[in-house]
Amino acid sequence: MTENDAATEPTESAPTDEIDALRSGLLAGDHRALARTISKIEDRAPGYRRLVGSLFDHTGTADVIGVTGSPGAGKSTLVDKLAETYRDRGETVGIIAIDPSSPFSGGAVLGDRIRMASTVGDMDVFVRSMSARGTLGGLSTATADAVKAMDAFGKDKIIIETVGAGQNEIDIVRTADTVAVLVPPGSGDAVQTLKAGILEIADVFVVNKADRDGADRTVQELLEMIELGDGPSFSVDPGHHGPGSVETSDDGDAEPSEWRPPIVETIATDGVGVDELIDEFAAHADHLRDTGEGDKRTRRRHAEEIRTLLREDLHGLLEDELDRVGGIDELASAVAGGRTDPYTIAGELLEPVETCLGQLDESPTIE
Amino acid sequence: MSTESAGRSIRCLVAKVGLDGHDRGAHVIARAFRDAGFEVIYSGLHNAPEEIVQAAVQEDVDVLGISILSGAHNTLVPKIMAGLEEYGAADDTLVLVGGVIPDEDRSKLEDAGVSAIFGPGTSIEETVGFVRENAPER
Repeated sequence: MTENDAATEPTESAPTDEIDALRSGLLAGDHRALARTISKIEDRAPGYRRLVGSLFDHTGTADVIGVTGSPGAGKSTLVDKLAETYRDRGETVGIIAIDPSSPFSGGAVLGDRIRMASTVGDMDVFVRSMSARGTLGGLSTATADAVKAMDAFGKDKIIIETVGAGQNEIDIVRTADTVAVLVPPGSGDAVQTLKAGILEIADVFVVNKADRDGADRTVQELLEMIELGDGPSFSVDPGHHGPGSVETSDDGDAEPSEWRPPIVETIATDGVGVDELIDEFAAHADHLRDTGEGDKRTRRRHAEEIRTLLREDLHGLLEDELDRVGGIDELASAVAGGRTDPYTIAGELLEPVETCLGQLDESPTIE
Repeated sequence: MSTESAGRSIRCLVAKVGLDGHDRGAHVIARAFRDAGFEVIYSGLHNAPEEIVQAAVQEDVDVLGISILSGAHNTLVPKIMAGLEEYGAADDTLVLVGGVIPDEDRSKLEDAGVSAIFGPGTSIEETVGFVRENAPER
């Protein structure tokens, strides 16, 4: 196993001792080892892949919950209350709070910790702030790996919190088993804009700040949309999405394979509705287990992980190749000067790779 | 743009500790660090020393910047240092103090493990430069 890894990662000079020490520290419950492991994941430090890979055996016990919604919807406050409630019930919690980074300086101010004051001083709530460091699909991989580290550490519940804007964000929350989308009251227009992307990934809708004007209306609008729409398109099962699916709202016992996202009203600042929300999370977890949907999601996630890793590695190889032929700037100038075009360059650069792959007469075997 | 490499980014915790509501300086520093390309975690106001320690350990920061203008530094800073020590984090965290620190207290804080003290009038460049040069290699 180790040799295989070394073969696939020629650039990694693996500091074996350090990685082993981190791994055993993390599994023994050392907070600092967990923190350092997540840093390694974020930095893609040498050896991090072996580290995460070796943790896989110890994962799979945590419930992973994604919380997303527009800025100011109350995500951090709600996550704080969720953590507090889980702690009261004797469960340990890991939180990954993701904030955007500046596309110009690469810097970031990660402020979600400020809202997470209820559990401060309690080391069994492990809060980690992460920023999007602007790599291709990198953040969702890093998030998924950080979740694995927390899972292996022994956290019962892991909450991923992120602003729901854009594909990257949707990829991130998809690393969760259950996704809660926060919709602030009175955001009639916002609901419209949400429709296209984020609404489709919701397993649970949360109308936070439910004491504000317009909360009832927002609930009503969501309800209408759920009934009219074809439900969460996350589980693609065209059989259930015909016009007939509207009728399932009439009789209480809908087909067990169909999950209708419930709408929970909360006032996160006062903790109102948090218990109900946790009950819905649990119901969704049961649903995932009972219908086999959970296994399906897990497999899909692993497939995506494999793809992402391959893409990253190939990307790296191609960057090296670019450097070898004189760097991207040179090529860009050639295009700007009208001497060639991007398609020709891409074709030429890829040709040896294609030739190489063509020469492999047997497909690689996986142990 | 720093997008070409996934590489390391300097992580800083900017912390306000104790009963001190003056956070303009902390905000300015947080913003300056962000613009310098660091990842900044801001603690918010009125934290206990153990809360700062918890955040520093969990976030695995390279740099801990403590902003104090209340005069309670002789009590609060050693408590934070002791907490970091407890988690084995004191050695590879660069601890800075910003604010109003009388000259006679400086050596005491430095003995406790503070790497640098930035008083009123310190330029942003100086602080950022110090962090760049002294952020621990890990």
